[in-house]
Amino acid sequence: MKRYWPWALVVLLASVPLWLTDFYLLHILITTGIFMIAAMSLNLLLGYTGQLSLGHVAFFGIGAYTSALVALGFEVHILPEYTISLAPKPVWFAMLMGVVVAGLTGYAIGKLSFRVRGAYFVIVSISFAEVVRLVAVNWVELTQGPMALNNIPALTLGAAGWEVSFLRKPAFYSLVLVVGVICYIVIARLVDSRAGRAMIALRENESLAMSVGIDVTRYLVLATVVSAAMAGMAGSLYTHYIRIVDPDIFLFVYTVTMVIMVVTGGKGTLAGPVVGGALFGAIPEVLRAFAIAPEVQWMIYGILMILVVYFLPRGIIPAVEDYLAGRKKRTQATKNALADSGAPRP
Amino acid sequence: MGELVQHLLNATVLGGTYALLGIGLTLIFGIMRVVNFTHGELYAFGAYCMYALVMMMGVNFYVALVLATLMGVALGAAVEVLLLSRLRGADIDTTMLVMIGAWIVLQNTEQLVWSGVALSIHNPFPAEPFVFGPLSVSWNRVFVFLAAIALIASTYYIINKTKLGKAMRATFQDRNTAALMGVRIGRIHTATFALGSGLAASAGALLGPVFVVAPTMGDMAAAKAFAIVILGGLGNITGATLGGFILAFVEELGAGYISSGYRDAMGFLLIIIILLVKPTGLFAQKERIG
Repeated sequence: MKRYWPWALVVLLASVPLWLTDFYLLHILITTGIFMIAAMSLNLLLGYTGQLSLGHVAFFGIGAYTSALVALGFEVHILPEYTISLAPKPVWFAMLMGVVVAGLTGYAIGKLSFRVRGAYFVIVSISFAEVVRLVAVNWVELTQGPMALNNIPALTLGAAGWEVSFLRKPAFYSLVLVVGVICYIVIARLVDSRAGRAMIALRENESLAMSVGIDVTRYLVLATVVSAAMAGMAGSLYTHYIRIVDPDIFLFVYTVTMVIMVVTGGKGTLAGPVVGGALFGAIPEVLRAFAIAPEVQWMIYGILMILVVYFLPRGIIPAVEDYLAGRKKRTQATKNALADSGAPRP
Repeated sequence: MGELVQHLLNATVLGGTYALLGIGLTLIFGIMRVVNFTHGELYAFGAYCMYALVMMMGVNFYVALVLATLMGVALGAAVEVLLLSRLRGADIDTTMLVMIGAWIVLQNTEQLVWSGVALSIHNPFPAEPFVFGPLSVSWNRVFVFLAAIALIASTYYIINKTKLGKAMRATFQDRNTAALMGVRIGRIHTATFALGSGLAASAGALLGPVFVVAPTMGDMAAAKAFAIVILGGLGNITGATLGGFILAFVEELGAGYISSGYRDAMGFLLIIIILLVKPTGLFAQKERIG
């Protein structure tokens, strides 16, 4: 039974475009879904390998920019006599490139930054995101800098005559749902595999993991590549949905949003980022109803983050699991006690 | 040639405040094992205190500097007592998350109170720069440099010569043994965080009148402070002092001869190069990779 209710949830979510006519709510669901995918990818690093990557938004942004640039085409003068140009490509190919480039960046960053751990790694990951942001601001010829890339095409699939356009919200919502489910399954399969057990082992005790022959750096880099590619996918979905991308996509607050989602939901659990993502997708809308300033919203985020660390240090999902397990144990204990005393069953 | 010397002079002047920022951060990490994300906000807090005192209340410039630093010390102590004192012995990721939360709260409070408009602070120094041959530097910056050097020297004095400093060094070397010798670890933590925060606030109070005061000024300061402590090795005070000057030289020369748009990226590029060549920082002894 327990195996089937996630699928029931997916079916319920898939039916949303059929009955939800409010496009504003659909928009909220789409952006929440995109951030959920990003949070799931962060969870692979933060939750399963235990590396707090605070530069995660860089992969998201690289996916977004790559996808936008491949779809729009570009021309860059590297040297006065040397020019690189690219004609516009179909959107599905652009999105694929977004994933690939983000994954390759993840490989390079993983190789470079896993020479260090702990506080060093955190600072290196922040620095990396900041360098990427500064490049996006300053390399105006490629990225248009703060003027932003505009008129990014929407995704269409299929051959002429039988085209499916993902311009409208219901169609795009379904796309996000499909990608989200695929990402969830990929992560679930990965953490359940030999590689996933290696990751968890090195999170728990790196020296011990090394001593039993686990190639720690190799698995860390693997996790980074998968995680970065997935964040790049989220970024390219975002770019072809919003259809404008500027350097603000690299702001640290987006990383913080992802971290809050993962930590609140429960890092190192499959459902954690989904629950955290849903929660922090809904909170801004609830707060909007009270018409409060965005600064206050962020202050509430900050306070929530502190409270979660104090009172739910492992997040919502493990807390709920503990509670359910405890209740099961208690009811079982009561039943046993009743059976032992020979009293009639209630 | 004159241009190069001018760049070197500017870098030296800037390096003093960078070192001040770096020392505060590295002290807190070394003794408390806390990556302090509020450091940049304490820097902004110092600058805003300066604005409130000088521009709104008409307090004397020098008195305001002292008061802003003391307010930074008080805010730092408050953050430590309220948030960190309950988390002693928690792992580094846990305290990091709490500090990120505190950073978001502080920054948005500043934004709410002062709005996003950049503010400027008057200073009492003559407008025409101090000229020496082909070189020139504003009197304000000369003062900032001298004040920073004085603050760095007093920090060294506190750490190396006073009883408090001795207790701090003992905690840094071995907290359990220090506790057994009667050092009150909790108080040392509060004092360390307050001292580090005071240094950040004083850097903000000194640089506020040089640049403009804006709510996001803390982010850049924090990013630079992180770069500086990585350069010097986390927890290494001399490393942070030298790292501050190195970052200033690299930025100034990079902005002058390569590209001014990437001025703020220089520190990060430096970090990446350091990690490739010597991951433990330039001045690390041992035990630097956590």
